[in-house]
Amino acid sequence: MNKVYKNANEALFDIRDESVIMLGGFGLCGIPENCIAALVQLNVQKITCISNNAGVDDFGIGLLLKKKQVKKMIASYVGENAEFERQLLSGEMEVDLIPQGTLATRCMASGYGMPVIYTPAGVGTEVAEGKEVRNFNGKDYLMEYAFNADFALVKAWKGDHLGNLIYKETARNFNPLMAMAGKITIAEVEELVQPGELNPDYIHTPGIYVHRIFQGTNYEKRIEQRTVREK
Amino acid sequence: MLSKEQIAQRIAKELKDGYYVNLGIGIPTLVANYIPEGINVTLQSENGLLGMGPFPIAGEEDADLINAGKQTITTLAGSVFFDSAMSFGMIRAGKVDLTVLGAMEVSENGDIASWKIPGKLVKGMGGAMDLVASAQNIIVAMMHTNKKGESKLLQKCSLPLTGVHCVKRIVTDLAFLEINQNGFKLLERAPGVTVEEIQDKTEGELIIEGEVPEMCF
Repeated sequence: MNKVYKNANEALFDIRDESVIMLGGFGLCGIPENCIAALVQLNVQKITCISNNAGVDDFGIGLLLKKKQVKKMIASYVGENAEFERQLLSGEMEVDLIPQGTLATRCMASGYGMPVIYTPAGVGTEVAEGKEVRNFNGKDYLMEYAFNADFALVKAWKGDHLGNLIYKETARNFNPLMAMAGKITIAEVEELVQPGELNPDYIHTPGIYVHRIFQGTNYEKRIEQRTVREK
Repeated sequence: MLSKEQIAQRIAKELKDGYYVNLGIGIPTLVANYIPEGINVTLQSENGLLGMGPFPIAGEEDADLINAGKQTITTLAGSVFFDSAMSFGMIRAGKVDLTVLGAMEVSENGDIASWKIPGKLVKGMGGAMDLVASAQNIIVAMMHTNKKGESKLLQKCSLPLTGVHCVKRIVTDLAFLEINQNGFKLLERAPGVTVEEIQDKTEGELIIEGEVPEMCF
């Protein structure tokens, strides 16, 4: 079976309006730049995005917000985006804010075939409203459901034709978790290689989780906070 | 009265050799600048790094290497990367020895409010709820009063909570306090600050036992 596609537009051929889409990345680090550009170009509407952040005004998921393609955003932190703020306050977009560890672990549960997780994050806060609380060994935990996403769009450093993936540095973040969680997982990589070229010991995401893969182009890799020190 | 740097400096004195530490954004980040001589700590950044190094030299920034504040950083010998689930896994499992974070309000029973002001823009809780729900040892770094001069050390938090019964210690510009069963126990005064002033600016129950020493640096 061939998993290799030519580019993002081809790999996203069956993406539809109202899809639930996971997007990897933390801030602008490790985001699937090519897939986001394709979502804008294909102009899919009313999508639900599951992503830790919502990009900035003119990059990342911010590009989808600008074109009003997002119906609902599920994230842990959404600062740094004025258009997001406007759509949120005007009620044009729904937003579900959830703790970052809960977000990560709900992705993981999906990829591990577990329907729920129990986490102490949010106990006693408004995050707990309407959720089942259970006490284990004297401590309260919230029951949180595994995500159910139509597509997971992830970015890796290297990948092979079988979909095996290796991430670089902190660009790993949510990518391997979302890669495991998509009904259809599409990976874009900086370098696409032949099977056998990646050391099996160093692969982060086994190709069984990845349905489609392509080599991305023109990576901008924008830096949000450029902080440096003197020599 | 302490500057933000001095608050960080006082907190840094609580670090112990071998600690794994998570520092939040703002004053907590400054703690890394005052790690005492002879003390080795490993900084955890919840976006997936243990062993966070200093900012890179100009020209050596790497877009794939950032901290939880999205700042460019570096690694150190022995650093390790992992995904976000493992990152919060080690936090949830209590492997991180000390968490330092900022707050808008802390109550006398250890509740913390730090992520939301109703009616204003809500940016989200990020990893703060996960951290406070699991950390065994939490120090809050904040100003003693808000911009209007109102106490941030309260009987009961007025803002939406980040976590309940979790804060252990607080370092403000005026004092070092510990939360016990009865309220805020005053451990140390900032240089030149009187017990009366601290009492005056603490809305929650303040416990004063004997002579309260002045902080030393």
